[in-house]
Amino acid sequence: MDVSDVITRGKVTIREQPLLAIAVLATALLALDLLARLAGIEVPLAGGRTFGGELSMGRFSGLVWNGIIVGLIFGLAGIGLSMTYSILNFANFSHGDLVTTGAFTGWGAALLVAGWGIGDIGHLLLVRPGSGASPNEIGASIVQAPLSILIGVIIAALATVVVAVIIDRIVYKPMRDRGGIPLLIASIGAALALRYILQFVYGGRNRGVTSTQDVNTEIAGFSVNMHELTLVIVAISLMLAMHFMLQRTKLGKAMRAMADNKDLALVTGIPTERVVTATWVLGGALAGVAGYLYVLERGTIEFNIGWFLLLFIFAAVILGGIGSIYGAIAGGFVIGFVHEVSLIWIPSDFNAAAAFLIMILVLLYRPQGIFGGVTTA
Amino acid sequence: MTAETADGSSGIDGEDPSIRDILATEIGKTDFRIVISTMLAIYALFIVLTFLGGGDINSAGSSIIRLTFLFAAYGILTLALNLHWGYTGLFNIGVAGFMAVGVYTMAIVSTSPDAVSGTGLGLPLIVGVIAGMIMAALVGLVAAVPALRLRADYLAIVTLGLSEIIRLTLNSATLSNWTVSVFGFGTGGGSGIDLPARPTDALLNTAFGDVLVDVLGTFLRPSVIRRSLWVLVMIGFVIAVYWLLVRVGNSPFGRVLKAIREDELVAQSLGKDTRWFKIKVFMLGCALMGLGGILWQGSQGYVSPDSFRPIVTFYVFVALIIGGSGSNTGSLVGSILFVGLLFEGPRTLANIVSGSLSLGSAPGTFAGAMAPLASLEITPLLAYFMNNISALRFILLGVVLVIIMQRRPEGVLGHRTETAAAISLDRPGPARTNGGESDE
Repeated sequence: MDVSDVITRGKVTIREQPLLAIAVLATALLALDLLARLAGIEVPLAGGRTFGGELSMGRFSGLVWNGIIVGLIFGLAGIGLSMTYSILNFANFSHGDLVTTGAFTGWGAALLVAGWGIGDIGHLLLVRPGSGASPNEIGASIVQAPLSILIGVIIAALATVVVAVIIDRIVYKPMRDRGGIPLLIASIGAALALRYILQFVYGGRNRGVTSTQDVNTEIAGFSVNMHELTLVIVAISLMLAMHFMLQRTKLGKAMRAMADNKDLALVTGIPTERVVTATWVLGGALAGVAGYLYVLERGTIEFNIGWFLLLFIFAAVILGGIGSIYGAIAGGFVIGFVHEVSLIWIPSDFNAAAAFLIMILVLLYRPQGIFGGVTTA
Repeated sequence: MTAETADGSSGIDGEDPSIRDILATEIGKTDFRIVISTMLAIYALFIVLTFLGGGDINSAGSSIIRLTFLFAAYGILTLALNLHWGYTGLFNIGVAGFMAVGVYTMAIVSTSPDAVSGTGLGLPLIVGVIAGMIMAALVGLVAAVPALRLRADYLAIVTLGLSEIIRLTLNSATLSNWTVSVFGFGTGGGSGIDLPARPTDALLNTAFGDVLVDVLGTFLRPSVIRRSLWVLVMIGFVIAVYWLLVRVGNSPFGRVLKAIREDELVAQSLGKDTRWFKIKVFMLGCALMGLGGILWQGSQGYVSPDSFRPIVTFYVFVALIIGGSGSNTGSLVGSILFVGLLFEGPRTLANIVSGSLSLGSAPGTFAGAMAPLASLEITPLLAYFMNNISALRFILLGVVLVIIMQRRPEGVLGHRTETAAAISLDRPGPARTNGGESDE
């Protein structure tokens, strides 16, 4: 292939998909700028702005690591949203509040186990709603009380599954055959009710949960936050488990069939209602664990953390292509990186806006997602 | 659908029409009567509640003014949303964002340059209001051109994302003191922006204002009079917007909109450029949302990005869905019912209950409220309920939204077919049929 051939093909691409060309160009520029910054090269441009600049390798790798952490959260929560979106055919706006449900119920259990005998039961079970034993006194951390953290993960999954299935029975089941929009509106109602039931029970205070004593250790010369490490291990193993479930089991096959073509699945004799329940069970469990892990990493809890995550989760799911769990995971990483690494170029009050902007652009110009429109898991 | 509404025409062919039926038919005769009687019913409810709570005529008056203010504010926004969702089927859940664009543009144009928070150009208010509406329409255009060809649920996510981007941008510290040479365009960031005073406030300082205070001042405080003057202006705007939208709905333009809502492909097949129609109607609706935002959030002397959280959009949606999307009268009735029964009602009721029962101090946590139940003491739990009425109000809102979507997705007045033709096409006869369903 000679050079002129490449140039002609490039010209065709630019003419046919100018926006794609612009996106590629912008990405290339940013990558060059990033390299220049890492190398410490600074080229002055007009208006006091410079190309390149100062960026230490430590700060960059820190941002990338943060991107991986939040990306895993977005991806883990996004799997459930993506499955309900493709199997039940509606955008579930109450998914973020399932994340919050998992966070509160899981941490209630974890604090109860870790702080048994230290604070009173109500204080622990409601995740420190008022004054009482402090997080460091309770000592809920992976170093001090690994068992409590593990029990918390399991309770977070179980409780969220129960809540998700109950909501499905009460709210969505009676309107199963209605279009996507009535279900979407109903899910906004379910989201409001669930979020403020959580606020009613657990209180509206933003409070610390985890103990931070001895959480930062050194493994093989690297400074590692054990909570972040736990998050990465749990999230990746759950993602792998999802992968094997979908590819190797009968249920997984049935779910993929339903996501692909509901009528065909029904004709083939797949018990669709049972598959729907399984979808809520799996999606709810992953959402609950995602919320729990998110709190493990950030250390504080509030009744609307899930709602604030919802648009990011949507962004991840849309970016990866609705219905594809691998897309949701990959989309989660992309959104996570955008959210963190964009801080190099823009002030910190715009990084969320940047992530949403990418979501909007993908929806507008590539609604099947950036990984090529695989609608089956 | 078996649900029977109070304003249904069930009494027409009944054998012995009871008083309730007669009342229902009389009220249902004209749209004006429906709106007014709903409003009067809510007023009556609140007056009774106020006097039950030990209030005097001043507090009753101020509660009515507050209600009317919210009726009007939600009325304009709901009418605008009805143009999008009810008439054209555009699922826009970024109402708060377009409101914010309107209010902030108005603020930047009309706030004086030496305001405490945020900076403006200090131009006359009317310029600011028009600029705000134009800007909201332009942002609507930018969103509409690519987004309107999307599926409804994608459009919902795009508009929600856009409204959050707008709010985060206004919230950012970077733009809070933005100046270009001598002109300030600062948004004030998270600390909000100062707004010009309501034009009606100046009226009270004139001779007319003195007369007004003299006449009404015997039983109403001057602050209540000042607010009621502004509420009158808002009612004027509600009537104007309603009139405009009825005209739009009955025009050939409106017929195309309804055709797009029912079946866009058919409208296209008839040679209508549906994309252009949708863009125009989206811009008009956004401009009205900007206006609604200016009249509501822009009239309080100060505004911050927190006033434009997505929850505001959901409020407007609930109001529209209660009233019945597709019906302008339904939008107004829905706003009144939403404000009265879901928004203000629970709080007023809780104040009365906690005031009259002397529940004592409420426990700080849910655990503290539940523990006394073991010894059959219910008062702490009740006090906790009353103390957390705002959370309960949101729960009620969510439950109502779900129930409406399940049981009566067409809302209170959405069952009424709004004929596109200028003259009535109904056959003369005793029982009115419901056009769309009769040809099954």
